[in-house]
Amino acid sequence: MSALGTTVEDGIAVVTFDLPGEPVNKLSDAVKVEFEALLIRIRDDEGIRAAVLISGKPDSFIAGADIEEFTALTTESAAERLSFEGQEMVNRVETLAKPVVAAIHGACLGGGLELALACHYRVATDHPKTQLGLPEVQLGLIPGAGGCQRLPRLIGARAALEMILTGKSERGAKALRLGLVDELVPPSILRATAVAAAGRLVRDGLPRRAPKTGLQGLLLDRTAAGRRLVYRAAEKKVLAKSGSHYPAPLRALEAVRIGLEQGITAGLAAEHRAFGELAVGEVSRKLVQVFFATAALKKDDGIPPGMAVPRQIRRLGVVGAGFMGAGIAGTAVANVEVDTRLKDADLARVGKGIKAATGILAERLKRRRITRPQFERLSAMVSGGDDYRGFARADLVIEAVFEDLDLKRRVLAEVEAAVRPETIFASNTSTIPIRDIAAHAIRPERVLGMHFFSPVEKMPLLEVIPTDDTAAEAIVTAVRFGRRMGKTVIVVADHPGFWVNRILSPYLNEAAILISEGVPVEVIDRTMTQWGFPVGPVALLDEVGLDVAQKAGGVMHAAFGDRLQPPETLARLLADGRLGRKNGRGFYRYHDGHKAGVDDTIYPLLGIRPVEDADTGVVERRLVHAMLNEAAMALDEGAVRSARDGDVGALFGIGFPAFRGGPLRTIDDLTATRVLEALRDLEDVHGPRFAPAVSLVEAVTHGTRYYPA
Amino acid sequence: MHDSRLGRRVAIVAGLRTPFAKSGTVLRDVSATALARHAARELLVRSELDGREIDEVIFGQVVPSVRVPNVAREVSLLPQLLPSVPAYSLNRACASAAQAITNAADQIALGHADVVLAGGVESLSDIPVLHSRRFSQILVEAGKAKSVGGRLAALARTRPRDLVPVTPAVAEPSTGETMGQSAEKMAKENGITREAQDRLALQSHERAAAATADGRLSAEIAPWFGGRGMDEIIAGDNGIRSDTSLEALGQLRPVFDRRYGSVTAGNASPLTDGAAAVLLMAEDKAIALGYEPLAFLRSYAVAAVDPGWQLLMGPVYAVPRALERAGIAWGDLGLVEIHEAFAAQVLSNVQAWGSQAWADRLGLPGPVGEVDWERTNVMGGSIAIGHPFGATGARLVTTLANEMRRRDVQFGLISICAQGGMGSALVLERD
Repeated sequence: MSALGTTVEDGIAVVTFDLPGEPVNKLSDAVKVEFEALLIRIRDDEGIRAAVLISGKPDSFIAGADIEEFTALTTESAAERLSFEGQEMVNRVETLAKPVVAAIHGACLGGGLELALACHYRVATDHPKTQLGLPEVQLGLIPGAGGCQRLPRLIGARAALEMILTGKSERGAKALRLGLVDELVPPSILRATAVAAAGRLVRDGLPRRAPKTGLQGLLLDRTAAGRRLVYRAAEKKVLAKSGSHYPAPLRALEAVRIGLEQGITAGLAAEHRAFGELAVGEVSRKLVQVFFATAALKKDDGIPPGMAVPRQIRRLGVVGAGFMGAGIAGTAVANVEVDTRLKDADLARVGKGIKAATGILAERLKRRRITRPQFERLSAMVSGGDDYRGFARADLVIEAVFEDLDLKRRVLAEVEAAVRPETIFASNTSTIPIRDIAAHAIRPERVLGMHFFSPVEKMPLLEVIPTDDTAAEAIVTAVRFGRRMGKTVIVVADHPGFWVNRILSPYLNEAAILISEGVPVEVIDRTMTQWGFPVGPVALLDEVGLDVAQKAGGVMHAAFGDRLQPPETLARLLADGRLGRKNGRGFYRYHDGHKAGVDDTIYPLLGIRPVEDADTGVVERRLVHAMLNEAAMALDEGAVRSARDGDVGALFGIGFPAFRGGPLRTIDDLTATRVLEALRDLEDVHGPRFAPAVSLVEAVTHGTRYYPA
Repeated sequence: MHDSRLGRRVAIVAGLRTPFAKSGTVLRDVSATALARHAARELLVRSELDGREIDEVIFGQVVPSVRVPNVAREVSLLPQLLPSVPAYSLNRACASAAQAITNAADQIALGHADVVLAGGVESLSDIPVLHSRRFSQILVEAGKAKSVGGRLAALARTRPRDLVPVTPAVAEPSTGETMGQSAEKMAKENGITREAQDRLALQSHERAAAATADGRLSAEIAPWFGGRGMDEIIAGDNGIRSDTSLEALGQLRPVFDRRYGSVTAGNASPLTDGAAAVLLMAEDKAIALGYEPLAFLRSYAVAAVDPGWQLLMGPVYAVPRALERAGIAWGDLGLVEIHEAFAAQVLSNVQAWGSQAWADRLGLPGPVGEVDWERTNVMGGSIAIGHPFGATGARLVTTLANEMRRRDVQFGLISICAQGGMGSALVLERD
């Protein structure tokens, strides 16, 4: 079946891209072949004077290259050829003697934008779904079809580098301001405007574009000396953000620089060379695997397909209007547009909760992600009170009250009394087994866990926790709702700590043990950020709150015995009134909410003297293996359904380094043999808390892996 | 018994309002739209009604904001309702919410609607302040000018006195008399003493304070989340004085006639911000949705007198007309709610209903009835609770319907006087 349909009206060929059987348009090999043929036809057909490229998909122009094809690349030269061919195709558009206009509505990303950049004129819609960007670096790649060349030439080096190096996309209005598109129109007149523009280009020739930058831009973007400053600033920013673990942004910067300084031919060569190396490199491979794992999770409802149909959630009840409850309410309203009722015992807390929930909307308004009327409409969906009135019609109730079993049981009983029998009840507990909360439930089949992470609107993961009694309908409803809230959802077992807190537990314990042995806090945290975590374990303890961590540690200790016994460190800091960031006192000092260095007074408090020559190799080995081993054990016990779920959970739940692909992927990469050896060594020195997981021993014996090689 | 002449019987299912606050106080920064939407949405929440059931929204407002001329539409655009729900705002002065409710009832009785949200709102902290006529004309001219010079020339004609803003009048357009002056005139002509007025004001405060303390009044209020942090909870009306006394009221100076007058700030209703909403349904619809109606609307009537006579005497005609339409007599009433614009007005209305001399003067066959204060304004009135012009009618309907249920009363009456010499009366019934 053909992906490109062409009609000719008054000498203008309108090419409609509509990839059969796919929700969005992607640039695959097959499409490229068809497109090349079409270009020849347009070139040779004397009845065609200009062309318009438009999408036949709703709200999507071209989402980018077909990433499946990248995974088939085995050699650098093959990858380089893929990029080169893309560049050639795009070049042919640019050098076509007849003007081509891109009519952009919806996602215009990656190769899609590179193609649009080669067109002679771009019209975009002002619809929020219209997003233009080059997200390649997020997959460890760089724009390989001329994007590193044409974007800086069109919008200036600074703006182009900002887009290419971060991979973030821009809405139509911003794209117009940047000069990335020539016209911005409502979707209703996109096609007509593009056709008219094509006619104009035929009549009047190609437009001359004035640079959109001011004097500063003139100096920075249009002089070699100015650009040197721009490159240096960009490099500094990249290194500060992602360290040296991710090669793609620096390679993209290089391709842009060579292109601007040495000409487009050299630039294109640098571009496809870098693309070839990166595409078969380890980092990109990992990031692409994560991309597919996440994409697969988006289609995984946590139950066998067809087993149950999700309930429609028209009304959400949230019990507990604190930070978590308000975050859940605000995120639900912002992303799902669901009528939401907050309940708390105290009206002032309810008011604060409504304020915090609508604050999430206000932030989006500020960032122009929503309009003022949308803000008003969405804000009116959040309401609250100090009783359960308004809950009778709730389809889903999420409780986010204090972590206390009796309290949560009471809330469940109160909710069951207030709602309809079909209403689903979810507990946002981080530590309490759901089956304990549901022990006295009238309808245990409607009870499950929905474990959000804080702050809810920012953290991308949600753990959905069914019990043995939970109905499939409740599971699929919670998974779908979480997904609509913008979360990546993993269904995990009702085991203590579920998944994320389970694998975090020995890791945080080990950090505290290291401190008690005199390893300075900054050494521990620096070691792990260098390993790739966004924050170190000690800083994470401060973020989570020492009281919360202590409580969770107690639960894990009770469940798993001495292996997960927390050291005294936390208790002593808590006794000193330190709660972490929330009261401005923890392992670190805080000034006006900003972290201001390690608080050295903790060392005398703990009765230790920090050692000066801590071996960071040992620190890394102990911390990393504590987590890897726990991940293997928890997977053995069925805490998660698959290595894929476990790895995605670790990436999105605790910021496990994405370029490592997750703890279980890391074991595969290090090899089970080496991980087992390291654990046995650690066990010899530090005792049974490092006793290896059964599956690691078996993996070594049988030569198995978590993922197929 | 049901011999309503309205067609389908109209149920009052529930009512709710915001706290009433003296203008310029705690709700000063809140728009009328926000107040109206709050009352309406919380009413939906508390009655557990799916907003998609609502067929129409009607709200009363006496002084609309320039930016929001149709506040009812803003209410009907709450995301809990369907955007296809039509809405209009109306103005029958202080009887506006009552008018919204009776209009809603008409629509239900006719079968045009099954469920209607009716109410009213007023924010006198948020009234339009206008430019002088001359300055407006200058601005319009300057706006139309084709050149900068022309624009400047137009603006140059501005004189300092043109810049004095014009606030909306509280005076009758036809007579130039303010509402307070009218009340003062009625007190004098009808021989209503200062003491009688203060005594009624005291009763209003005492009863409202008691009904707040025992929760009857609080139950009709959806608390407002005030302050920047939304954590300053406003749960009650701030005009109610539980500590006032005849002595304290007696200390106040008359406002409209300093020498011979008797109308004071203490025996008149204050300017007030607030909103109130009532949920009305066709009887069969209410039953189908599982509601037990508080009461039913039995009849209503509106009347008017010459504003140049006694401005606030409209109710003396409206009430007997409503009773006649209801097919009942004054003696059948178990509860009465009289809107207290001024104590002098209430006592003048009461006097007029009660005597043969007044009946003769008004051309009525006989006295309407003798007010029994044990059954009248039992939870206080507008003098204490406050009087957001557009909202009061809905407050009265809510309070009367709730109290009729609590006391298991068969018939109840509402009487409201309104600007322009108008009066409005509603009869509610229970089975």
